[in-house]
Amino acid sequence: MLTVENLTKIYKTGDRALKDVSFTVQAGQVVGLIGPSGAGKSTLIRCVNRLVEPTSGKIRLDDRELTRLSGAALRSARRRIGMIFQEFALVERLTVMENVLSGRLGYVPFWRSFTRRFPQTDIDMAFALLERVGLSDQADKRADALSGGQRQRVGIARALEQDPELLLVDEPTASLDPKTSRQIMRLIGEICAERNLPAIINIHDVVLAQAFTARIIGLRAGEVVFDGEPDQLTDKVLTTIYGEEDWNAMRRGAEEDSRDNQEAAERMAGLV
Amino acid sequence: MPVLRTVQPTWRKRTTTAHLVLWGGWLALAALFAWCWREMTKNTIWAFVWDAPEQAADLGARMFPPRWSYMERLWWPLWDTLNIATLGTILGILIAVPIAFCAARNTTPSVYFVRPVALFVIVASRSINSLIWALLLVAIIGPGLLAGIVAIGLRSIGFVAKLLYEAIEEIDHGQVEAITATGATSAQIIDYAIVPQVLPAFFGISVFRWDINIRESTILGLVGAGGIGLQLQASLSTLAWPQVTLIFVVILATVVVSEWVSAKVRGAIT
Repeated sequence: MLTVENLTKIYKTGDRALKDVSFTVQAGQVVGLIGPSGAGKSTLIRCVNRLVEPTSGKIRLDDRELTRLSGAALRSARRRIGMIFQEFALVERLTVMENVLSGRLGYVPFWRSFTRRFPQTDIDMAFALLERVGLSDQADKRADALSGGQRQRVGIARALEQDPELLLVDEPTASLDPKTSRQIMRLIGEICAERNLPAIINIHDVVLAQAFTARIIGLRAGEVVFDGEPDQLTDKVLTTIYGEEDWNAMRRGAEEDSRDNQEAAERMAGLV
Repeated sequence: MPVLRTVQPTWRKRTTTAHLVLWGGWLALAALFAWCWREMTKNTIWAFVWDAPEQAADLGARMFPPRWSYMERLWWPLWDTLNIATLGTILGILIAVPIAFCAARNTTPSVYFVRPVALFVIVASRSINSLIWALLLVAIIGPGLLAGIVAIGLRSIGFVAKLLYEAIEEIDHGQVEAITATGATSAQIIDYAIVPQVLPAFFGISVFRWDINIRESTILGLVGAGGIGLQLQASLSTLAWPQVTLIFVVILATVVVSEWVSAKVRGAIT
């Protein structure tokens, strides 16, 4: 169980990215974190594994307080928190296998990782995961030789190779086409269900979030403004999250586009 | 009276004042050139200049044909030259790599102490030419190959470290973040996230420096630091022009080959 209590983050520039954010995630629960750009979604999940240092507040994973750890204790907490990134963040010039095995870096001593002589159990697990994400014949390819969807699958395999207790997912579909996006979201959902793995998924695509998560938290300017089930996400709630102006402008923009298209079609029809 | 609409919008790139300033600037530049030319040629003895084509032809005639038989005494110095360049480059790289990691903003152990020291070492090494290093080292460790190797090595540190630390600073931070998130130690982060990203730059820089060092090591002999330059100096001071020509040919051939090797190696790394 992940507990976030009164989490606040103020950047050196004075930007208050998070204000007093509190919520809990139960075991096996997949939470979608939505909100406009700059709402603090990325900051929030990076505070959990301390890639970003929170200013105040507490984050607990089961009975371990993550916000208090440092050095070796922090590294051993990080190795049980898998992370999946927007632009995949694979090491481009390493092979798929090396990328997946890098999920074990927190478990093996330096010389083993340096000589790439990982324990056989780690290698077996890596092959099983590649099989699970559908890339079993790509193990020896370099990461930069893969397509976007394949790279994200490697990213998923790397996160799972960590044998995680929690999955942090940062905009997993932002660099993918709509069809691949749905496949990747479905894969993440299935894997979380198989392993009873809790996950926090940052996602700006509301439709995808509603389709693939069991609970949605809406963040606006660093504050939680919605926390509920996907069905409760009405237009009114979306207005609260994304702001009145933007919301209407977006709709107006869409209406204008369709009106322009219609007019153009009529003119063309008149010409014939 | 009919209405005349004469005020049309006109457009010019510059105002009249700007035009005048511009032309004034060009005039000043031409005047400066004329003055410089006069200063430069004040001490020229024109008789020598008009004589130059004949002198060149005369020297050319004496330099030609190259004395090919001298080649048998060049193989060994040539081998020395290649060794100075190669060993010097290796020495430079060995010292430059840790300095580069200390100088790069994202890997340095301390921004306020270690980084400035590393940057100073880089500047110090770069500001002194190999020939000057050789001159100093011949005085310190005596004439010979070792002075040449150390001179080339010292000069290479700055070059390799500077280009390498710039490459380290330009890496994609996302990959570092991803490896950090797995719970890796700093050494593992360098091994998995940073080294793979800078490896092509590293090989490119090293081969490029080796290529430059081959050229530089051909003249180190002029100050007594070994290699083919010694032969060049001996031939020049005895006015043995056909030998000088042969040495030029050998240097040219060596440089062409090293450029070819360096281009091939850099092309092979992706």
